Amino acid sequence: MATYPKEIQESIARVEATRPARLHTNPPRLSLADQEALLRGFHPDYKAEGKRALKVGPSWGELVPHEVADLLEAYPLIDPATINLSQVDYDVDVLVIGGGGAGTVAAIWAHEAGIPAERILIVTKLRHGDSNSMMAQGGIQAADKPHDSPAIHYLDIMGGGHFTSDPKLVRAMVEDGPMVIQWHEKLGVMYDKEPDGTMVTIHGGGTSRKRMHSAKDYTGMEIMRVLRDEARSRNIPVLEFSPAVELLTDSLGQVAGAVVWNLETEEYQIIRAKATVLATGGWGRLHIQGFPTTNHYGATADGLVLAYRVGAKLRDLDAVQYHPTGAAYPEQLVGLLITEKVRGLSAQPLNREGQLFVHPLEPRDVESAAFIRECTPVEHGGRGLGVVTPTGMVGVWLDTPMVDMIHGQGTFQRALSSIYRMYIRFDIDPTKEPILVYPTLHYQNGGVVMDENGWTGIPGLFAGGEVEGGVHGKNRLMGNSLLDFNVFGRRAGLAAAAWAKQARLGSLTLAHVERFVRELGEAQVPPTRRAPMLLPEYRGEKALARMVDLL
Amino acid sequence: MKKENTVTVFLMGKAYRVPAGLTIMKAMEYAGYRLVRGVGCRGGYCGACATVYRLPGDYRLYADLACQTTVQDGMYIAQLPFTPATRAPYRLEELAPQGETLLALYPELARCVACNTCTKACPQKLEVMDAVQQALRGDIAQVAELTFDCVSCGLCTMRCPAEIMHYHVWQLARRLHGAYQAPRSGHLADRVGQIRQGAFHGELDRLMAMGKDELAQAYKARDIEP
Repeated sequence: MATYPKEIQESIARVEATRPARLHTNPPRLSLADQEALLRGFHPDYKAEGKRALKVGPSWGELVPHEVADLLEAYPLIDPATINLSQVDYDVDVLVIGGGGAGTVAAIWAHEAGIPAERILIVTKLRHGDSNSMMAQGGIQAADKPHDSPAIHYLDIMGGGHFTSDPKLVRAMVEDGPMVIQWHEKLGVMYDKEPDGTMVTIHGGGTSRKRMHSAKDYTGMEIMRVLRDEARSRNIPVLEFSPAVELLTDSLGQVAGAVVWNLETEEYQIIRAKATVLATGGWGRLHIQGFPTTNHYGATADGLVLAYRVGAKLRDLDAVQYHPTGAAYPEQLVGLLITEKVRGLSAQPLNREGQLFVHPLEPRDVESAAFIRECTPVEHGGRGLGVVTPTGMVGVWLDTPMVDMIHGQGTFQRALSSIYRMYIRFDIDPTKEPILVYPTLHYQNGGVVMDENGWTGIPGLFAGGEVEGGVHGKNRLMGNSLLDFNVFGRRAGLAAAAWAKQARLGSLTLAHVERFVRELGEAQVPPTRRAPMLLPEYRGEKALARMVDLL
Repeated sequence: MKKENTVTVFLMGKAYRVPAGLTIMKAMEYAGYRLVRGVGCRGGYCGACATVYRLPGDYRLYADLACQTTVQDGMYIAQLPFTPATRAPYRLEELAPQGETLLALYPELARCVACNTCTKACPQKLEVMDAVQQALRGDIAQVAELTFDCVSCGLCTMRCPAEIMHYHVWQLARRLHGAYQAPRSGHLADRVGQIRQGAFHGELDRLMAMGKDELAQAYKARDIEP
């Protein structure tokens, strides 16, 4: 159905021609200075016109992408005056907002810490498990091999994040890492192992040791579904299709639950909670600077908006992670993730002449910048050596046939079965032909400020997973997001449980929302802007133009 | 001239003209649907968008994922918003990886008539019926292997005349295999022990005390495993 058009076939011939010479060699990695220059020239984060300074709230003055500022500087979806707070629908000890990886882990550990299942509630926008966690392909880092150590992992994270991470958070993550993998092992996660139990581990971009553990290329799906099954075993209640639209506070200045909105019946519900864990994930569906995304349908940065209104600080939101290898062809796959594991298994990036222009495993931001430079026309300062597809999309080659050539026939289908399946549907066999890729919006590097126990600094509010910031600084390395949500989901769940055991609540209020609305008015924010977004708008323009609300 | 690039699809029986080349999911959105059910990761991993369809002049009922399937002219489409399927109550730590465990918790497995409808319905092209047969035989490792790529979309379950709730069985088999049959990692246990004893505290303390320049030097100087 798809295969490649003729003009593109000619470029494939050049890829094949250069292959024997480069099969077992890679260019040297860039020096820190060369990396810096490349980032300045071509990474989208360095475009000043893509961002603006926030003019309201606790992170006033900080630069964030326009798409994010538009949501942080926005009016609430609900009018506080119309919400009846005296009728509480759910009264719990620990409320977890978000049913992805971080939220599920937090709920399990709150239960483990002694909170009865019926005193815990997970609320989630779509179904339990629908999340970016489910889509993570390549792997999870943990320093458990004899020649590796948490200290080396620490160094990799700090350097990969350009020394902007919070050291306390990084330390917590690297020291908890092996324990998380062992916990998964007990829960029944099917990690790739040698017959003697040795973990199969490979490199990811920016790693100095092979510490990427995987479960084929469905690593996130395997971890997520096991965690979900474990939460179900414990009978932890889940309220699906019920996104939080506002946090609740109380008369003592604590966060005390949330207002959720039933997406199907359109009614609101009040949840009172002694402790609240924010685990709402990231922002891919904001399509920052017009990029396609690898992210889940619900990744609309709701948690940032909610936390900001109760006074939580945000950090590193000027740093957007573009995954170097999003699919660029065929059109139906554009933006979808091609795991870094493909490069971890030796596939090289090439321009349309079949030339290898960058080491395959630079940190993600550097690798992305190199791809963008290769594809940017010469008149705009780039090299103009990208492959142009019939829809005008441009990309570079990822030489996927190298995987089997180097690691043996059958490796690709075994280790990368989801990618294989994705392309074979469109009559492209990635074991025989290379695939076209271009950077795609992948991860929210920064987020809500927290300490090493997931506490946001606001009484009663904890955070874990992609919504929080500080762990990865301004650039996350592959395999550290699955680790992040397990480490900080757990820490937030434990801290929330401990908090809930001693907390006393005052009366519920939305006064913080009213305060924020006043601030917006003073800053002359246009009243048309509303947040959280909940779902992105993908309806056709023709249909939208004639849409009226009659019922 | 635009007409050449559009196709007609029937969404729940109603005709819409949509651009050719869209996935079923994007075609529904183009037509004006705001999806809440039947949408999730949009990348073929979450199984939320189970869809059934027929094509003109073809009696067969096809099953696939809306986010991974391109529209065709004349396609008759319905999405499954939900699969009612009950998960058996269990705690993994109370179970043994014995052959009869699967059948004891999901006795309807024995109702399989080997019609292969499940296999034909699978968008991941898994050998679903083989997995059912292995489950009946009690070969947990085989079931785990055969169903590893399952996205729990529920299409096999909705088509099964024996009313088996496949994806719950597969989940149990994979956990039993991962927890009890797969070899435990020795180096992992060693490392967890070392961390518990504080073996890396000193080194991490030193790194945390470093200023940015010193840390950058250490980063540059680190050796990279080939």
